[in-house]
Amino acid sequence: MFEANSDKGSLQVRDVSKFFGTFCAVNGVDLEIQRGEFLTLLGPSGSGKTTLLMMIAGFLDITSGDIALDGTSISGVPAEKRNFGMVFQGYALFPHMTVRDNIGYALSVRKRPEAEIREKVDEMLDLVQLVDFADRKPGQLSGGQQQRVALARALCFEPPVLLLDEPLGALDKKLRVEVQDQLKDIHKRVGTTFIYVTHDQEEALSMSDRIVIMRDGAIEQVGTPYELYEKPANEFAAGFLGKSNFLQRADGVYALRPEKIDIRASGTGEGEPRLSGTIQSITYFGSMQRIMFLTNGGEELEVDIDSWRNRDPLEEGQSADLYWDKGAAVKLEG
Amino acid sequence: MSALRRHIHPGWALVAPFLLLVAALYLGPILNILWLSVTDPEPGLGNYQKLFESDSLLRIFWTTIRICLITTVGSVFLGYSIAYAMVHCHEKQKSYMLTLLLVSFWISILVRTFSWLMLLGHRGLVNNALEGMGVIAEPIAFMRNELGVLIGMIHYMIPYAVLPLLVNMQSLDMRVMNASRNLGATGSQTFWRIYLPLTTPGIVASSLLIFILSLGFYVTPAVLGGGKVLMIAEYISVQLLVTLKWGTAAMLAGLMLFGVLAMLYIMSRFMKLSTVFGGSS
Repeated sequence: MFEANSDKGSLQVRDVSKFFGTFCAVNGVDLEIQRGEFLTLLGPSGSGKTTLLMMIAGFLDITSGDIALDGTSISGVPAEKRNFGMVFQGYALFPHMTVRDNIGYALSVRKRPEAEIREKVDEMLDLVQLVDFADRKPGQLSGGQQQRVALARALCFEPPVLLLDEPLGALDKKLRVEVQDQLKDIHKRVGTTFIYVTHDQEEALSMSDRIVIMRDGAIEQVGTPYELYEKPANEFAAGFLGKSNFLQRADGVYALRPEKIDIRASGTGEGEPRLSGTIQSITYFGSMQRIMFLTNGGEELEVDIDSWRNRDPLEEGQSADLYWDKGAAVKLEG
Repeated sequence: MSALRRHIHPGWALVAPFLLLVAALYLGPILNILWLSVTDPEPGLGNYQKLFESDSLLRIFWTTIRICLITTVGSVFLGYSIAYAMVHCHEKQKSYMLTLLLVSFWISILVRTFSWLMLLGHRGLVNNALEGMGVIAEPIAFMRNELGVLIGMIHYMIPYAVLPLLVNMQSLDMRVMNASRNLGATGSQTFWRIYLPLTTPGIVASSLLIFILSLGFYVTPAVLGGGKVLMIAEYISVQLLVTLKWGTAAMLAGLMLFGVLAMLYIMSRFMKLSTVFGGSS
């Protein structure tokens, strides 16, 4: 079976910046990536996440700072000598080669013996469940299958680090969830360090060991999915990863997740309501309902409640009270 | 009658005069030429038989094919380099290069041919300069031989080579080349194993285009060959205008026509294949 590069694959990004002319695409990024970690760079387009990945891959020079693999600087090493696997946006498979030749390419350009390449490719085909498609051309495969060929091709030479640039972007939503599970499973089995770029927060939350939220070329917050969701550091992190209501209070701004709020018809709840007001609109989503709520103080809040809990239906225009647990509203920095 | 009217779109009535004109002025003479090749000077395949009997005809055929092949290889090789440079340089430089390419494309073949005579002729600029500097004692014979014909033809054909290759190269996904580098391939490995195979449709297209165009070349061999390099087109004109052997001329023209049609057929097959190959990546 696949043998992981168990002693390699930690990556140090030290104060890295990238300028295109006078435009600053990445601004002083510091990052320690552990061996075997699944790390996601998450951010909107233009946040510098892909630029950072391209610098790690060696396709872009860094303007200042340093990138090191296991403590050794690789800033001056060209892309073809870095030995990093990469899954490209749109896969970038070789259209004139069969699946087998695509996957074996890295070993073939390293002039490894034919028998070894064959054995290794068979192993990879098995890993990504494409044994029956070995002799097809990429054009004859579905999007999901092409994605798996790209993954197998990038893992075939046992790289210490695998870089993934929005690898699921071209797939439809249902397939995406399926491939997410496969990716996670493969990550567990091969033990390679994965650095994953996406703008999809659900993807980031469900797959990553740690997430790096980026904006305008800088890091906003780093943490486990749980930490980032439960304790967002600032408005951007709270708004980008999941949804948040922002409450302006005398001592600062608080972020409050819509699903952590309980809503009751006016005067029917237990204890003192935190806020009172009127229901503006209710949107039905099947498993849950989204209620837009206007407090008497003039604040607009979004409240998500499970549909099964709204058995005695609330109606638009009705006055209601809001409740939430202590600690549900998180105070933001700055 | 009404059934007929229902099947023929009335629009054809508008086009019909022009179709008839084209048929009468274009297809008519071509058929006439083909007819001449089997009837003049006497009915039969005598003209075609000459092909296997006459040494000089065979030699002309061989010369033509040799010159066309060398021209094709030379101009596709140079055109490939130029197209590659254009695709991979900055946008601004690329538009300069395209302008220069199109300017030479538009200049009359006569002007371009005679400029070569002035540059490389016996008393041309290059020979004079080299002699003046004492590098050579005798002028180098660039012109009035096969070398001269090749220089002139390759130069003329380069834009025809560049344009199909440029289109092909521009349609390539550069991420595929990055993927190759990322997988550890050196620059030359990436070129031979990825870039070249993916530009093969462009190479085939420009090769066939140039070969077909070269077959009919008349001015350049006549001027730069100095009468020593006889190609089919010039030979046909001699048969028509000097020796008045219209049957032989018609036979040669017919052979060229069918040769070109056969190659166009191959080309169309290849172009279809190329869309299958390049359709998705």
